[in-house]
Amino acid sequence: MIITKQKNFDEILQILGNGPIFLIGCSECATLCHTGGEDEILAMKEALEKRKIPVSGYVVLDPACHLQNNKRMLKEHAKELENINKILVLSCGNGVQTIAKLFTEKEVLTGTDTLFLGEISHVNEFDRQCVLCGECLLDLFGGMCPVSRCPKSMLNGPCGGASGGKCEINSELECVWDRIYQELKKRGNLQVLSVIQKPKDWSKAGAVKRRI
Amino acid sequence: MNYRSNLEKCLSERQFAITAEIGPPKGSDAKKIRDKAEFLRGSADAFNITDNQTAVVRMSSFAGCVIILQMNMEPIMQLTCRDRNRIGLQSDGLGAAALGIRNIHCITGDHQSFGNHPAAKGVFDIDSIQLLQIIKNMQDAGIFQSGDPLLAGRPSVYLGAAANPYADPFKAQVDRLWKKIDAGAEFIQTQSVYNIEKFSRWMDDVRSQGLDRRVHILAGITPLKSVKMAERMKFHVPGTDVPDSVYQRMIHASDPTKEGYTIALETIRELKTLSGIHGIHITALFWEEIIPDLVKNAGLTARI
Repeated sequence: MIITKQKNFDEILQILGNGPIFLIGCSECATLCHTGGEDEILAMKEALEKRKIPVSGYVVLDPACHLQNNKRMLKEHAKELENINKILVLSCGNGVQTIAKLFTEKEVLTGTDTLFLGEISHVNEFDRQCVLCGECLLDLFGGMCPVSRCPKSMLNGPCGGASGGKCEINSELECVWDRIYQELKKRGNLQVLSVIQKPKDWSKAGAVKRRI
Repeated sequence: MNYRSNLEKCLSERQFAITAEIGPPKGSDAKKIRDKAEFLRGSADAFNITDNQTAVVRMSSFAGCVIILQMNMEPIMQLTCRDRNRIGLQSDGLGAAALGIRNIHCITGDHQSFGNHPAAKGVFDIDSIQLLQIIKNMQDAGIFQSGDPLLAGRPSVYLGAAANPYADPFKAQVDRLWKKIDAGAEFIQTQSVYNIEKFSRWMDDVRSQGLDRRVHILAGITPLKSVKMAERMKFHVPGTDVPDSVYQRMIHASDPTKEGYTIALETIRELKTLSGIHGIHITALFWEEIIPDLVKNAGLTARI
């Protein structure tokens, strides 16, 4: 899932200026991480109206990154979109761009920051898991990814800074190399770590289009 | 025997080697580094020139090494993977060899969040083990990382790496030393030693796997200059282990600076007798002027 967080409300007010505005959310990731689902869109609507910024309408796209589906869903809101110049989108950066393509005459503004591809680890808690590197190496490391979860992306870790299973740069972050080591040890498979992993082929991370 | 560097000669001939760290200045004044080096002349066999250590911007290690060379002293160029990708690192390796730098110490590098530009994007295209292997392959096989051949001269450098006996998981650090040696490390400079007991246990593991016969190990020494520094090393610097006994000595000392010096001296004496240790590496943070005395009083001699 793409994990996002809402920008600070004051920052949003600053980019919006005066209304009226139309609000767009997303039914998928932004809903699950409580950034741009129906609840958050309605809360934003109320907060803006309290500041005397008129909101002409809203829609939660299903999902916001689906270009053709967006065209269909937005048709139903043509009237609400007619006389406004600003659209505030609460989805990931992908959704914002897909929507911006449809409204070249309007200002499409982003109310979120897109953080990472991650898991819902607990209620309201999300952890970075993947950086979309184009060549999955998980099988080499007991199912845990050092490219995304080690701040130095080390393929031949651990570095010399971890302590008590925690990363040197953030005591809240578990050292993924410690976890990899413990996991492979448990499986009696530590010898796989004695192989020197070659530099990663980052050319595979450069894909820009895929057709089936 | 043709040695690539004075350091390689010292270590290969089984002399107890001394290396010392010189941090380049936060500015372009070459005199700063020249003065430091001149003061340390004769106190070490080779001098590590740090590469933006702790991710704080300083004069480049490359330039610092060239200044040291101009003074007829021997530099060890530290090369970190934080600031350059494989293209830049290989290029700097070739450039260093071309200018006469004969020791390269490969490290992954402190994370940028520790330094004075925490907003920087860290590169980390490769890690220290991969860097060792890449430079070794340029040297021995005449190929770049991509497999392309070098066309005009192979770099001839003595390759070093770091090891930390105090990082977790403990066993993984010995396995990783093995990998560094396989990748091409010929000398190792360890994290600063305060906890000798734990260091000895690590060395037991190192010796039991015969690694001390495959690589030269220089144990790290960082004299504690003050109680504040002891506190910082004990509680805030990742990967260091200042045991309570050492910390207590520092906080109860009437003259903590003298006590820190004495602790360093005692540590060197103990390390000298430890089987498998081939030298010491002194990193005297903000206290480089202590190095000549420390070396002399520890009964060590540089051979240059």
